[in-house]
Amino acid sequence: MSTAPIIQARDLQKHYDLGAETVRALRGVNLEIHRNEYVAIMGPSGSGKSTFMNLIGCLDTPTGGEYVLNGQKVAGMKEDDLARVRNREIGFVFQTFNLLPRSTALENVELPLVYGGFGKKERRERAVQALEHVGLGDRMDHRPSQLSGGQRQRVAIARALVTRPSIILADEPTGNLDSVTSEEIMALFADLHAQGQTIIMVTHEPDIAAHAERVVTLKDGVIASDRRQTPVVPAPHRQRAEVAVGAGV
Amino acid sequence: MGIREAVRIALAMIRANKMRAFFTVLGTVVGVTFLIAVITLLKGMDAYMKEEFAGRIVGHNTVLLRRVPELGEDPQTEDQWREWMRRPLFSQNEAEWLAANVTTPGLLSYSYDQSARVGNGRGKELSGVNIIGANENFFRVREMDIQAGRPFSRQEAQRGVPVIILGVEVADALFPGLNPVGQTVRVAGLPYRVIGLLEKQGAIFGFTMDRMAIAPAKSPVNGGVWEQAGKVEDISFQVPRGELVPQAESEITGLARTLRRLRPREENNFSVETAEGSLGFWEKINGFLMMALPMLVGVSLIVGAVVIMNLMLVSVSERTREIGIRKSLGARRVDILTQFMIEAGTLSGFGGLLGIALGIGLAQLVSAVSPLPARVSGGAIGLAMFLGIGVGLVAGVYPAWRASRLDPIVALRSE
Repeated sequence: MSTAPIIQARDLQKHYDLGAETVRALRGVNLEIHRNEYVAIMGPSGSGKSTFMNLIGCLDTPTGGEYVLNGQKVAGMKEDDLARVRNREIGFVFQTFNLLPRSTALENVELPLVYGGFGKKERRERAVQALEHVGLGDRMDHRPSQLSGGQRQRVAIARALVTRPSIILADEPTGNLDSVTSEEIMALFADLHAQGQTIIMVTHEPDIAAHAERVVTLKDGVIASDRRQTPVVPAPHRQRAEVAVGAGV
Repeated sequence: MGIREAVRIALAMIRANKMRAFFTVLGTVVGVTFLIAVITLLKGMDAYMKEEFAGRIVGHNTVLLRRVPELGEDPQTEDQWREWMRRPLFSQNEAEWLAANVTTPGLLSYSYDQSARVGNGRGKELSGVNIIGANENFFRVREMDIQAGRPFSRQEAQRGVPVIILGVEVADALFPGLNPVGQTVRVAGLPYRVIGLLEKQGAIFGFTMDRMAIAPAKSPVNGGVWEQAGKVEDISFQVPRGELVPQAESEITGLARTLRRLRPREENNFSVETAEGSLGFWEKINGFLMMALPMLVGVSLIVGAVVIMNLMLVSVSERTREIGIRKSLGARRVDILTQFMIEAGTLSGFGGLLGIALGIGLAQLVSAVSPLPARVSGGAIGLAMFLGIGVGLVAGVYPAWRASRLDPIVALRSE
């Protein structure tokens, strides 16, 4: 890749001061991620991967080192600036979906655009488009409780996509889903990646990490390995691809 | 995030938790109910005092000239009381002179009154009848309508013809079931021909206005019943429009000073009153109640604010995760702060609306079962709404600030 990396972490450190002792969750991480990469971040619990994700997601600021996201130096930012960066640059997908239970799918997807200051009409159009993109065009007025786990995660993905962020940051996106539904979600990620989306996925499951084209493993607060691989193509994706090819002929 | 969006969320929260919302704003409801009910009753009372009471006694758009005040202040000291008692009454001639010299457009009446016994000449008598000696303008200035017969004319007034108009109670006592017009009555033994019957006047604070009879001031009761022959007690000057009252007041005062030959530095040795200006005692009561009201309402609103604050804190901790989600999606502190403030304001605004409805209902109920009149005032409703929403905003500041300060990572992890 010749373009500037979308994520640039240099000697990234995070220390938690617990009074008597200081926990060094990250001890100097160096990482570059380029546009349209599909990266899995792995590591056992306590490896610092959650801390790393929080820093990449601009939910937290590092104690030391530098973090440049899409050309913006995040390290020294104030809380409201971080909120703006989260709104524009990052689409979160969480293990527990984190949808607002009293709002419909459409309202949930519109929410980031509300905070982005978009007008009602544009919000509606883009949210509808995002929901159709994830195959939920017919479930827009359903509340989360009326949707299956897989459908909820699709709503969450639509919500992550709707601001057209620089990166999709997924934290154990299939952790609360059965294996069939997990494959569906992985297929959706593969589609998004194929369309040019940058995806960073934090997971501890090797099966899920196998869908990425690059796997970064953290251990004891530093990068233990960083390797590229040929991604596994998810089963439903293959099927759909065949159908699409068949229909095209 | 827009205000409309925040209000929409707030309304959804209220719908989802109706009972809790109700109990949350109960303090506000009570405070506002009280505020509205009391102001509504006080305003009604105020209107009653100014329009009915003072209007009936002094007259609408009327300047009342007397030796001592009719409605206003009581004498403050023994000396003042003695000075008042030394003041001369105005005479009927002085009243006529005033009528002839006043330039402000209007109608002048004068009158005296004295209690006396009235009989029908055939054995029926009624004592304690208020005999009013007046000129011909009295009926119009005091807005007393005649239901049968006629008032006396200017000629009858000038010549002192013994004709009389009876109040309903007098007529009923002396001529039960009969038309009194054309009959003869004896007022303290003096024969009078009945030429009219007054409309029923009703009572003011329990004092009947129907046990009265009105005769020309110069007729035989002048000296026969009223011992200060040739004098009058009240001189009333009624102007056609309210805005002329101040002008009439100052002109009548000036003319009265001329009559009394007062030098510029000397104080008035007479009283000039208007319906609006003479209710000093009522203004005092009203003012006191209006002063006490904010304290009473304030206590309920403070209680209301504390309850709202506590429930908003509960709400914030219950919705920690929601706050985390919103922050992760780009909500700034001010967005969260605004959202919770607007929720608190909307909630207590609802309480305000409920309180306004209950307060008006309560005031109507009170005025239905008591003689107290009610008058709904737009100002009170505005104030109530302002206070209602204000309580929520004040109570919401701290919980909203707490919400806005939550760490998104911690908030997202909460259950």
